[in-house]
Amino acid sequence: MTSPDELRELARRCRVHIVNMVHRAQAGHPGGSLSEIDLLVALYKTTLRVRPSDPRWEDRDRFILSKGHASPGMYAILAEMGFISEEDLTSYRVLGGICQGHVDMKWCPGVDFSAGSLGMGLSFGLGAAIAGRLEESERQVYVMLGDGELQEGSVWEAAMAAAHHELGNLNVILDRNRIQNDDFCEAQMRMFDIPAKWKAFGWNVKEIDGHNMEEIVDGMQFLSTTNSGPSILIAHTVKGHGVSFMADNPAFHGAAPNDEQYALAMQELGEVGA
Amino acid sequence: MTKMAATRDGYGEALLELANNPKVVVLEADLGKSTKSLHFRKAHPERTVSCGIGEQNMLLIGAGLAASGYIPFASTFAIFTERAFEQMRNGVARPNLAVHVCGSHGGTHTGTDGSSAQSIEDLAIYRTLPNVIVMNPSDVVSTKQLTIQLADKASPSYMRTARNKTPVLYEGRENEIEIGKGIVLKEGSDVAIIACGVMVSEALKAAESLQAEGIQASVVDMHTLKPLDGPLIDNLVLTCGALVTAEDHNVIGGLGGAVAEHLTANTYAPLERVGVKDRFGESGQSDEMLEVMEISAPFIAAAAKRAIARKA
Ligand SMILES: Cc1ncc(C[n+]2csc(CCOP(=O)(O)OP(=O)(O)O)c2C)c(N)n1
Ligand SMILES: [Mg+2]
Repeated sequence: MTSPDELRELARRCRVHIVNMVHRAQAGHPGGSLSEIDLLVALYKTTLRVRPSDPRWEDRDRFILSKGHASPGMYAILAEMGFISEEDLTSYRVLGGICQGHVDMKWCPGVDFSAGSLGMGLSFGLGAAIAGRLEESERQVYVMLGDGELQEGSVWEAAMAAAHHELGNLNVILDRNRIQNDDFCEAQMRMFDIPAKWKAFGWNVKEIDGHNMEEIVDGMQFLSTTNSGPSILIAHTVKGHGVSFMADNPAFHGAAPNDEQYALAMQELGEVGA
Repeated sequence: MTKMAATRDGYGEALLELANNPKVVVLEADLGKSTKSLHFRKAHPERTVSCGIGEQNMLLIGAGLAASGYIPFASTFAIFTERAFEQMRNGVARPNLAVHVCGSHGGTHTGTDGSSAQSIEDLAIYRTLPNVIVMNPSDVVSTKQLTIQLADKASPSYMRTARNKTPVLYEGRENEIEIGKGIVLKEGSDVAIIACGVMVSEALKAAESLQAEGIQASVVDMHTLKPLDGPLIDNLVLTCGALVTAEDHNVIGGLGGAVAEHLTANTYAPLERVGVKDRFGESGQSDEMLEVMEISAPFIAAAAKRAIARKA
């Protein structure tokens, strides 16, 4: 089992990949990639049953990045896991590249769902979870949602259906970074008591600090072992975490750093002499 | 140097001008910075309704406002208006409520976000709805004028704007712009190129290259796909005898479809349709996308020659 310190170092490397990708492309979504990455690193390294050499292995656990714009985070961990190469990361948003702007199952190995339109991933995950049950497989389905994404009504259709169908193999990881596209969630559409909402919909709920690796590992354990109905891990995160000027800043939801900001970010991420 | 601007900015400017009318309200779905309704929001927060990331809700909030005497302008990316298509059909078009929907970032021209963000079917689907005005303006000036004119219309509308900059075509020519009337930008008698949106400037480039080969092409900016300017098309058939349509949209059901429908019902001329060949896009820069999709100026010029060759 990978230690929390090893996971932290891996997450640091992934953050470097993320900033590199959006800087090179001069486009893309750093904020939600940096907030989700500690979660993705722990999920892939400690919990997800996948085979990088056989990405289409039928009995693999499924991971669905429903907030598909946060693709740099997913590409980073896919590269560190060996699904794709580090060289592939340079193809982010480049014509013909496997790292499309939004994660796409037709383009990139290791991607289970073509996302980019918010509010679709949980329903897809439901289908995958029902399939797993029909096949009497132990496999689990994990869906990463954004907090702004929760405003799509379709998320709640899926949430209701998951509890109705008692899908214990269906799990959500919520990246609760408090920011969406234009502004803070609180300004765009107040969310009130998110844990209470999921509980009322019949879900098992656990809350963690989404940047505390020990808590994250615990949280993943909670998801994979709680199988009496669907479960959600609400991870309190900071959008843009790890880069000072991106942290908690709505401006870096979908904007790339300039050269000066890039150099500063690399320094902060411990890439000396960058 | 040609002046460049994005049509979405024309939408934003128009909303600010329309703010004089106290009945005008603006609806957003967490993309106001992108569609450019943010300027209205800043100036008139009390008349701006944040709908969160909830496009279906937004369209019907608009319907409720319209039925109560307001003039709602709702915007999101073109692709995400499509999530609310049935709301548009049953809740807006059917009762003929004047909700004005603006879909920004339309077409493959929107670029590196990739296929999930590149709406290539919006014009087709909205065209199938009774009562709905469908537009895809080509430049920032006409976008502003057409948006302003919408406020006086008693029917709902869908207008596509573009994320990226295109040449400004109508500076000082504001009074030539009218919903439902195509604009002849260049006159020639060998072939007529009818284009909309970002493809209008591509059509002009194609006409220039054809001219160098001695072929005289008319170029028409058909910013309104519905109601279609039938008399103008009939006239182009008479003067040119061969037509080309050009759109950053699936060849099925958009401008090419509209012109083909008109021709089969009214008159005859060979027609070549330039558009996305019934496939999805991918990540790439705007100019790269027009090449990959085979819809840029050289492809329009080639289509013009094919259309001419088909003349009886
Ligand atoms: C259906 C839909 N509407 C609008 C968008 C445009 N959009 C892309 S990201 C985003 C904000 C997402 O916020 P959140 O879910 O909180 O993601 P995160 O903060 O993790 O980046 C929006 C509105 C979209 N991708 N899909
Ligand atoms: Mg968020």
